[in-house]
Amino acid sequence: MSGTDDVTHIEELPLQTLPLDAWHRDKGARMVGFAGYHMPIQYEGIMAEHGWTREHAGLFDVSHMGQLTFTGEGVDAALEHLLPSDIKGLKPFRQRYSMLLDDEGGILDDLMVSRLGDGAFDGADIYMVVNGATKYDDIGWMIEHLPDEVTMNHMDEQALLALQGPQAGEALASLIPETADLLFMQSGLFTWRGVSLWISRSGYTGEDGFEISIPGEDARLLADALCALPQVKPIGLGARDSLRLEAGLPLYGHDLTPAVSTIAADLGFAIQKRRREEGGFIGHARVMKELADGPGARRVGLRIDGRLPAREGARIFAGSVEVGEVTSGGFAPTIGAPIAMGWVSTPYSAIDTALEIDVRGKRIAAVVAPMPFVPHRYRRKP
Amino acid sequence: MHMSRYFTDEHEWIDVEGEIATVGITDYAQEQLGDIVFVELPAEGTTFEKGDDAAVVESVKAASDVYAPISGEVVETNSALEDEPALVNSDAEEDGWFFKLRLTDASELEGLMNEAAYKKFVASL
Repeated sequence: MSGTDDVTHIEELPLQTLPLDAWHRDKGARMVGFAGYHMPIQYEGIMAEHGWTREHAGLFDVSHMGQLTFTGEGVDAALEHLLPSDIKGLKPFRQRYSMLLDDEGGILDDLMVSRLGDGAFDGADIYMVVNGATKYDDIGWMIEHLPDEVTMNHMDEQALLALQGPQAGEALASLIPETADLLFMQSGLFTWRGVSLWISRSGYTGEDGFEISIPGEDARLLADALCALPQVKPIGLGARDSLRLEAGLPLYGHDLTPAVSTIAADLGFAIQKRRREEGGFIGHARVMKELADGPGARRVGLRIDGRLPAREGARIFAGSVEVGEVTSGGFAPTIGAPIAMGWVSTPYSAIDTALEIDVRGKRIAAVVAPMPFVPHRYRRKP
Repeated sequence: MHMSRYFTDEHEWIDVEGEIATVGITDYAQEQLGDIVFVELPAEGTTFEKGDDAAVVESVKAASDVYAPISGEVVETNSALEDEPALVNSDAEEDGWFFKLRLTDASELEGLMNEAAYKKFVASL
């Protein structure tokens, strides 16, 4: 038996440990190499952890992600050169989904950007969370493109915990009552047992929940306090992947790469009207061209007949014509069937288009489906 | 009833009764794979040389190949796995069997481990 493990070592360097490494092992996690770190793939099992998060609340360690702050005169204008999103209009304590684009409009990374307040992170202006596997490339790219007046700080001793699920709100409020007031994509500075926490109401599972930035040395205390609550269990990377796939959220390095653009990836919502009109960001020409002419291929959701999952790399056909490729796929525990995400040539990308996917020489039936596969349950303004 | 049970270092078990060998994956293997959602079994009548790709186990996170641990012809597959692939998780070494082979070279069994040797092998991993 040989595992074709989808968790690959990005670098040849020895794996590093994160602040909660020993905590995961104490909780019975199976650790794997991911994004250059030892990380928990699962504790009791992916299906059970997935189901728990959809019904209760799961605690995810995402400390491998890059946490950056930006400070200095002209920081908004500098970031608007790097990001296609509206930064000048981003109010304090608000968060936005955005991405770094290369000169050809290809996606270098997707990320969350927020405006800080209340003196968080030593009074920095902007806080950004980027993907773990790409963070050092992102930092290099930004150093190259930021003016000297703007200081970027990589907070590599800061941990990041995500608490996700329909009971995440009541669970966190039992420790920090003030967090109950946060709505989706809002954030704030909170104090718990003397520790400063920057908390945003966001996540990557499609559920209500929070992302909590905490100094690495205090992370164990918070993880223990959260997991002592009846609603909360630790959840590994395996369920994180199946949850985000059901939520229709793309994964960088798989669904998004430098070969694909914002509009084709169906992420045009991250580029606000003013930015589309005014441009002035790296990669703008590609965005404008694809807005005008439409992209050649689109990121779509696929529902699959039967029980055989189609994985990343599987080719997609319309009859004898190859029309695309699966970029993430697997069994969807909430749905009880396989689902996938992939690129499909635009003429074949309409919802309900019947296609076939080649899995080890066998053609399986699939249909282009709306995403998310499982409805989002974010806590928005009533 | 006590059959001879053999184990491979690829974490398969083989029960031999006369010229028929029943093949499955070990409890250790299912534990490593996690929740199994699909098992792709070979067609009856297929002949394998030792080491050929024989089946694919799909867990939530990945697909893994299962090799033919010995040479033979597939005479039966476990149809229960079509409706309930999780049988491999709940009962890997009995009801979660994969397929039965008619052995073509019984001497291939000689190099395989018995239960005690396999336990020792797993403990060393």
